[in-house]
Amino acid sequence: MRHRSLLILTTAVTAGALTLSACGSRDDDSEGGGGGDGTTVVIGLDAPLTGDLSALGIGIQNSAELAVKTANKNEEVKGVTFELEPLDDVAQAQQGQQNATKLVGNEDVMGVVGPLNSDVGQSMQKVFADADLVQVSPANTNPALTQGEEWQDGEKTRPFDTYFRVSTTDAIQGPYAAQYLYNEEKLQKVFVIDDKKTYGAGLAGTFADEFEKLGGKVVGTDHVNPDDKDFAAIATKVKNSGADFVYYGGEYPAGAPLAAQVKKAGAKIPTVGGDALFSAEYVALAKENAEGDMASSVGAPLTELDTAKEFIKNYEAAGYEDAYEAYGGYSYDSTWAIIQAVKTVVEENDGELPGDTDEARKAITEAMNDVSFEGVTGKVGFDEFGDTTNKQLSLYQVKDGEHVPLTSGEFEG
Amino acid sequence: MNDLPQQLANGLLLGALYGLIAIGYTMVYGIVQLINFAHGEIFMIGGFGALTMWLWMPNGTSLLVALPLMILMAVICSVLVGVGAERFAYRPLRGAPRLAPLITAIGLSIALQQAIWAWYPDATKSRPFPEFSGPRLDFGAFTIERGELYLLIAAPLCMIALGFFVSKTRTGRAMQATSQDPDTAKLMGINTDRIIVMAFAIGAAFAAIAAIAHGLRYGEVNFKMGFIAGLKAFTAAVLGGIGNIYGAMIGGVVLGLAEAMATAYIADIPGMEQLGGGAWKDVWAFVLLILVLLLRPQGLLGERVADRA
Repeated sequence: MRHRSLLILTTAVTAGALTLSACGSRDDDSEGGGGGDGTTVVIGLDAPLTGDLSALGIGIQNSAELAVKTANKNEEVKGVTFELEPLDDVAQAQQGQQNATKLVGNEDVMGVVGPLNSDVGQSMQKVFADADLVQVSPANTNPALTQGEEWQDGEKTRPFDTYFRVSTTDAIQGPYAAQYLYNEEKLQKVFVIDDKKTYGAGLAGTFADEFEKLGGKVVGTDHVNPDDKDFAAIATKVKNSGADFVYYGGEYPAGAPLAAQVKKAGAKIPTVGGDALFSAEYVALAKENAEGDMASSVGAPLTELDTAKEFIKNYEAAGYEDAYEAYGGYSYDSTWAIIQAVKTVVEENDGELPGDTDEARKAITEAMNDVSFEGVTGKVGFDEFGDTTNKQLSLYQVKDGEHVPLTSGEFEG
Repeated sequence: MNDLPQQLANGLLLGALYGLIAIGYTMVYGIVQLINFAHGEIFMIGGFGALTMWLWMPNGTSLLVALPLMILMAVICSVLVGVGAERFAYRPLRGAPRLAPLITAIGLSIALQQAIWAWYPDATKSRPFPEFSGPRLDFGAFTIERGELYLLIAAPLCMIALGFFVSKTRTGRAMQATSQDPDTAKLMGINTDRIIVMAFAIGAAFAAIAAIAHGLRYGEVNFKMGFIAGLKAFTAAVLGGIGNIYGAMIGGVVLGLAEAMATAYIADIPGMEQLGGGAWKDVWAFVLLILVLLLRPQGLLGERVADRA
């Protein structure tokens, strides 16, 4: 009897262990070697592929994969076959750093797309810089990543030469929303909440500064834990503060229940946030309470851009189960930027990559500074900090369970 | 302070939820002196059981019609897992040093979490849970949501039923006897194995009822929700006096109220601006726990229901 139950227990534990190890190896549909004598260049990808933020992460992965497939099909770089190696960071900085080390260790990796979260990006930067491996993030928006910790005091210094991004920063995302809400929506009083993470706190800070500068009033502030779901006490505070709207610096897993609970507490006011609230998951979790809520996002709405039409068509044709979400277009452009940098190096080096890995990586990183092309999200190019030269921003509002574009424009100081 | 009644209601509701989960910890501890760290996951599985039932219903089913079936399904899932855990993970270790089943419990908790993560469709992210729609119910000084009525009714009802069961029925008295002295109880002809299974089953059933309250209140379930909820419920059980079923409920309510008050008012105290608000509520909850344990180590109501009955 005792032996049998031990056997069952062991089976259960083994099954559990197998599950755990199964999530480590997610290379289900690798591209295959391609042409026989050509070189294979691996592009690494790091994003949350499981966990609460996986909706955004999978959109990033699929879009990058689409870019790789397109490059291989069109023979964008002659003699080079691209391959994507996606790694899951579960939205955690520590996992991101481990993935970065793993990617650096793979000699075929010549560039990395990702990650989604700014704090994860922060943990990866140095690992890549030490290896001269170029990284292009489709989604990191914290200004300190490119302009250094002192950016708010006007002392901008680029901390890592290997880090680039195609999304604009919170330094303009927060103020952009503040200007619209104060000038266009005529809202005067705001309750500012953030989740104390690199992205959330930075965004809420830049928003509040600009809103007060314009003449608006911050009637209350609070912080939440990103894993929390119970915001009843904060919602009551918001209701009694008499705020016209809530600004939330953080991501949708906590943002959606927060917005819902504020409305349920009886405050019929919208919750406004950054690009991490710009997701279909936000509406799925907050349900009808999401109506009227707003989110800013980097770039122009993809549906309105001519350059994005082909991307959307190809994405649909590829038959992905999940949507490309907020960062799909940016992920495609990030991947394409790496492909273009590889192309430049190959062309300058007699049609092949330098044989030495370190040399090749260094050359690609340098080439990235001059990359310029018409991407899905508009013109892709980088300034002296590695930031995108595209300063377009948009605001979206939830109507009938969907984010619809509200306004779009370039931010001006 | 004009929002005090509302904040008290917020705290009370949160506390009732903690209390319902805490009963499972307390009963198991009271009888086998085991801290069942997998209890939070038993709670989580109840939530997914209820969600599954809801997804099986035809579209447009009223939640009022579906709720009894969802409760039934949640209870079945949780009890199966709870009793299964006892049978296959804890019973083989009975008599082993007390550290062994504790480690098993932690392992089981991770295994159950990962099992839902891996095998429940789409459970890698939060799954939306059905909610009652309609305006909030106004009680003058405070308002509550329609879905929270469920918790307001279920928590006292469960407590009364459990109190009756423990003090008035034969099995309940056998449970008290086992809790007081398992060996003597066995000599008196009590089937202690059955009593232990019963304690796991009742605790799991209460956790399942709490899981539905969680879903109705927050509008979602996710595979990680058992961890924090379990930790809070464990705190509530210790706060009230672990082993004492009324203590678990009182401990839960005290904890819920403490969290609501900390979120609402601590930042208003001069000099405490940096130490208040939502991000600090857990800190204050644990400060309270430490204070109670320093001043009254046996918990608010004292340990072991059997000694008091």
